[in-house]
Amino acid sequence: MRKEVPLIITFLAGFFFIADYFIPHTGFSNIAADVNGWAIIVLAFSYILGVGNVLRINAQRIAKKEKDWVLKVILVLCLFFMLGIGIFGGIAEGSIFDWFFVNTYTPMQATMFALLAFFIASAAFRAFRVRTTQAALLAITAVLVMIGRVPIGETIWKSFPDFTEWIMGVPQLAGKRAILIGAALGAISTGLKVITGLERTYMGQD
Amino acid sequence: MRKFFEFINKLDRRVIFIFVALAIIIPLLRPLNIKFTVTEPVQGFYDAIEKVPQGSKVLFSCDYEPGSRPELFPMTVAALEQMLRRNLKVIALSLWPAGPPIVEEALSDVAEKQFKSKYGVDYVNLGFKEGREVVMVSMGSSIPTTFPQDFRGTKVSEIPIMQGVSNFSDVKLIVNISGGYPGTKEWVQQVQARYNIGLVSGCTAVSAPEYYPYYQSGQLRGLLGGMKGAAEYEMLVGRTGLGRKGMDAQSMAHLIIFLFIVLGNLAYFSLKKKKT
Amino acid sequence: MTYDILGIWVAAFFTLCIFSFLYRDNFFYKLAEHIFVGISAGYGVALQYHNVFLPNLWNPLTKEGKLILVIPFFLGALLFTRFLDKISWLSRWALALLIGIFSGAAIIGYGSGDLILQINANLLPLKTNSLLTSLNNLILTVGLIACLIYFFYSKEHKGGFGFVARIGIFFLMISFGASFGYTVMSRMSLLIGRVYFLLDDWLGILH
Repeated sequence: MRKEVPLIITFLAGFFFIADYFIPHTGFSNIAADVNGWAIIVLAFSYILGVGNVLRINAQRIAKKEKDWVLKVILVLCLFFMLGIGIFGGIAEGSIFDWFFVNTYTPMQATMFALLAFFIASAAFRAFRVRTTQAALLAITAVLVMIGRVPIGETIWKSFPDFTEWIMGVPQLAGKRAILIGAALGAISTGLKVITGLERTYMGQD
Repeated sequence: MRKFFEFINKLDRRVIFIFVALAIIIPLLRPLNIKFTVTEPVQGFYDAIEKVPQGSKVLFSCDYEPGSRPELFPMTVAALEQMLRRNLKVIALSLWPAGPPIVEEALSDVAEKQFKSKYGVDYVNLGFKEGREVVMVSMGSSIPTTFPQDFRGTKVSEIPIMQGVSNFSDVKLIVNISGGYPGTKEWVQQVQARYNIGLVSGCTAVSAPEYYPYYQSGQLRGLLGGMKGAAEYEMLVGRTGLGRKGMDAQSMAHLIIFLFIVLGNLAYFSLKKKKT
Repeated sequence: MTYDILGIWVAAFFTLCIFSFLYRDNFFYKLAEHIFVGISAGYGVALQYHNVFLPNLWNPLTKEGKLILVIPFFLGALLFTRFLDKISWLSRWALALLIGIFSGAAIIGYGSGDLILQINANLLPLKTNSLLTSLNNLILTVGLIACLIYFFYSKEHKGGFGFVARIGIFFLMISFGASFGYTVMSRMSLLIGRVYFLLDDWLGILH
């Protein structure tokens, strides 16, 4: 039961998804569509599970009064506040939920990503060392693409954008396509191993 | 010279941060208005929408969150403007949890205020659905079953624009604005390859290089890469948004990075030479 | 209007709190970080409730009588057994459904979308009317084969095989260099967005 039932479920779910691609029969497609619909619902529950885990971990830290436990209390309060106003007040544009999303979530997430600009500059200065021929090729391509893809590149040399497009559309493309094909072969073999039960690491330990 | 490079080598990273910040702030305060031209993948994106017959339905999937907004929101509003100008019926949705409010904002700014379009007749926001690729395949079977109601809670069966829309065969083009996973790659793999429907993509600059193979193979009819792609597209549509406004700052920032790479390597090689 | 102005000031405050990390880790950054985690978690659950739970599960089950939806409801509920050590193995049933479907999706997606169509797209004529097109096709063909040979680790990279593999490395370095250049572009764009918000929406000093 502990291992056999999950293996059977994995096999059936994968089989229905793959077979749906090849079998044009309406009845079969309807069954596959239903199973896909179930996955959407289970994924929604998994999101709630993740949030439940966040609550559990932070509750433990608050109970033990670990470092910054007051901030953990604020975290939990914000979670329940947002959950409450969302579920009972609605999520439409103009709602309190939407106001908090636009004026707290949005700027904070955007700024966290914006920090990366500074760190990439620092990394480029400190760690980008042209020690080998291959590293030199990487650096030259990076510089050509960086300058060619912005308006100043076109000011320096009128054909710079076309040259950059050539780099992206020919040599760069060859490398990326090889990575795509290699990854595709790996994904297909891993998918087959999972569906046939040869790969069981997703089940964890007993 | 050696002392200079030793000083450079030990430079506090906060000094680097200041230079980066100035490279962004100064061109925004004092624009340089550096000219630029449109590249082929961007022209392909524009042309693909122009070729859709007027009055047709288009699926508009905005798969991103606020973290990618500066690159992708300009593309979103410019694409909406082009589609609505051509009287295309826009069925918007998002596969990222924080996507729907961004879509609502874009629809409010462009469809409602600029074009005075009618919600439910000219455009609709189906909202978000968890499931990534599974949602895409599920839509291939039935869009109304996957999205039984729109973002505002109205049953899809009661929305005029959704009448006659069963699956992908009822839309003429998929316009995807993508911030990562799930996004363009999954639309190509699960939908374009399976249902052979036209697909164009606007994506972050991080993702753009890996989508060039899809563009070359014809799986993508057009590709907007990052803020530069957004700027070129805004130029084609005739809109001045953050894409075009940010190009001077983008140019200066790239020059600064280039200088840092050169300086860092000069310092490294001179000090290495001294040691040997 | 008052709420809009308050919103901009709140957004600017949190933006500056996050940016303060650039100087050093501090209380304001940690406060903003914790508020962000709490709000994003609460946001996500509320969204799942309105966009998935109600329209795809609860309404069809209770109002339309689609009793078969008891199965995904049961499987979803089983996920929460992960919190109870003695019966946590039951959560594998729900995970199995997801793993099976996503494995199937990977096989179909990568197989049809990536493998076959990408190989097909690289079968290009080496002799065309245009010299540039012929050269480009040659570079694409040689580049792809060389890179794939580099990825083949079952044979030692020496002799002629090793020579071709080294050419593959050069193509990969060009790819990674291009990716780095585009990554820089992406990161700078995100910063431009935030600075634009501070200068225009908050301070109103841009023309």
